[in-house]
Amino acid sequence: MEILVCIKRAPDTSENEIEVNSDGTDIERDDLVYSVNEWDNYAVEEAIQIRDKIGGSVTVVSVGDEEAEDVLRREMAMGADKGILLSDDAFEGSDGKGIASILKAEVEKRNYDLILTGAQADDGAGQVGGILAAMLDWPYASLVNFLEVVDDNKIKVGREIAGGNQEMNEIDLPCVLSIQTGINEPRYVGIRGIRKVASLEIPVLGADDLGIAPGSVGESGAKTKRQDYFVPELGEGAEILEGSTDEIIDKLIELIKSKGGIK
Amino acid sequence: MARQVFAYIIHKDGVVDDTALELVAAAGKLDPDASITAVVAGAGAELDAVCNEVASSFAEIWKIDDEALAYVNAEVLRGMLVRILPKGGIVLVPHEHFGMDLAPGLSIKLDAAYLPDAVDFEGIEDGRLKVVREEYSGQVSTHVLCDISEGAVITVRPGSFKADESKSANGRVVDKTAEAMEGDLPGSARRYLEVVEAEIGDVDITKSDILVSVGRGIEDEENLEIIYELAEAMGGDVSCSRPIVDAKWLEKSRQVGTSGQTVKPKVYMALGISGTFQHLGGIKGAPFIVAVNKNPKAPIFQIADVGVVDDMLDFIPKLTDRINEIKG
Ligand SMILES: Cc1cc2nc3c(=O)[nH]c(=O)nc-3n(C[C@H](O)[C@H](O)[C@H](O)COP(=O)(O)OP(=O)(O)OC[C@H]3O[C@@H](n4cnc5c(N)ncnc54)[C@H](O)[C@@H]3O)c2cc1C
Ligand SMILES: Nc1ncnc2c1ncn2[C@@H]1O[C@H](COP(=O)(O)O)[C@@H](O)[C@H]1O
Repeated sequence: MEILVCIKRAPDTSENEIEVNSDGTDIERDDLVYSVNEWDNYAVEEAIQIRDKIGGSVTVVSVGDEEAEDVLRREMAMGADKGILLSDDAFEGSDGKGIASILKAEVEKRNYDLILTGAQADDGAGQVGGILAAMLDWPYASLVNFLEVVDDNKIKVGREIAGGNQEMNEIDLPCVLSIQTGINEPRYVGIRGIRKVASLEIPVLGADDLGIAPGSVGESGAKTKRQDYFVPELGEGAEILEGSTDEIIDKLIELIKSKGGIK
Repeated sequence: MARQVFAYIIHKDGVVDDTALELVAAAGKLDPDASITAVVAGAGAELDAVCNEVASSFAEIWKIDDEALAYVNAEVLRGMLVRILPKGGIVLVPHEHFGMDLAPGLSIKLDAAYLPDAVDFEGIEDGRLKVVREEYSGQVSTHVLCDISEGAVITVRPGSFKADESKSANGRVVDKTAEAMEGDLPGSARRYLEVVEAEIGDVDITKSDILVSVGRGIEDEENLEIIYELAEAMGGDVSCSRPIVDAKWLEKSRQVGTSGQTVKPKVYMALGISGTFQHLGGIKGAPFIVAVNKNPKAPIFQIADVGVVDDMLDFIPKLTDRINEIKG
């Protein structure tokens, strides 16, 4: 099975406090720790497991600048066979449809049977997979947390739905799936693993290579444009307890007790 | 002509989801003069019950009634919606597991813009809708301008618009089934098989009065010990956010959130939990929420009643000791 996994380089939200920069045009990017989008890691692991079971290859692809090479290499260290970077100034400012259009151009150059994306990325959209599928006219299933290859033409997937329930579907290949966390346990990648793939070449393709008309993607092709970043003014929020730890603890216990929180 | 806004209605076992009335509010905020139509899909008597209920809050209801929709498969439904929805309309869909399945592709098939996970609307100017979204697990917000001149599909975050119960309507149900079913049944490349129900765990956290809930801030499986000890001291049960279940440190039945359990305790301790909407979506009944987080900007502090900014690995054992001391 030829599998393509779409991955995005994103700030690691469990490692970083994300703040708006001084003029509200972006988040504060200095000192941010980046890694591969959490969901994409599960997608790559799933692809590797399928390949190891039934054969084929795993390609990881990312739309981004040259720094996205790091995350491609990381996923190659995990076991992906090949990485492709789709990069061009003309891609900058793309919205979800723009990213999907760029990925589609790569998909149409080769013969993939299965495309995996993460369920969502840092901006929480959850859109690229579904848009890509519709553009390709391939079937789509989102939030997949179980996957089993039935035969060359179809697979069985479980979709996560409300309340921890799971919706089982059979879906024809080729198809696009968005992968939910928890479907597997992504393997650990050590520094040695990354060194092993350090010299592998990662082809970089631009708009010309992909046959994408400039203006159809990027900022000019985008129907949605981010105007600014801000921190919302919300209600009062929590009463933050201050003082020494002992004082805080005594105050907190008093409050919890009064609400029936200590039996 | 008034702008046409369509609201997709989620329902289960004949019961209309809370998001239906939230979409009425969202549509009103989007454009106060819009004409709002509910779109309801399903089969049989259950669907009729849904239409009846929805009719009290929407002036018009479009229904698609067919056995093929007894369980609504987004791939099938999308193909049907494309046949009945006019170009240029605005389609609102709840941003949850079904909406996420249906909506992105629908925008492509309708040649419309796609705007995911809106939490607020701030007016339309020159054909562009100003939308509020959140990024990075709710740590920052953004304004996004969305060109809606050729229509748009917008998913709306559950719980972000306050249900509008003031408007009462005596809606007219329009049967769109024939139009939606014209030609082949769409979407046959993905076939629904069954729903596997969640496993029941050893503790039913939906019945707990006191929940000591742990998130990724616990860092290591071994550290869970301090959570058990606090729960024991408080006489509560242990629950968690999703990453803890993904890592297989606790069983799925302990997960609070939209894809886990809906809990309604009196007191909820959110320990090392950032407070994403998917997690908060599982907390109902306005409990007293205590948040312990080392990041003073964590979104959980906006919802919690009291907060402690500290390293939970230091703070929790001290809290537990003190409770035990007091209890004697
Ligand atoms: C379709 C879908 C459904 C989902 N359903 C659910 C669901 O049902 N339930 C759910 O929980 N999630 C759900 N999620 C996942 C959700 O988006 C978040 O990824 C998740 O809630 C984050 O969990 P967290 O707060 O524990 O982790 P994080 O967001 O990583 O937050 C960890 C927090 O711990 C703090 N911290 C770190 N170290 C310490 C320390 N030593 N002391 C104190 N604080 C510390 C950090 O400041 C941070 O705020 C869903 C996602 C999707 C896409
Ligand atoms: N720039 C990108 N390059 C490659 N894949 C991407 C990119 N952006 C998003 N994706 C894929 O789409 C998924 C969902 O992202 P989003 O729709 O942005 O929330 C991610 O998990 C990735 O698999």
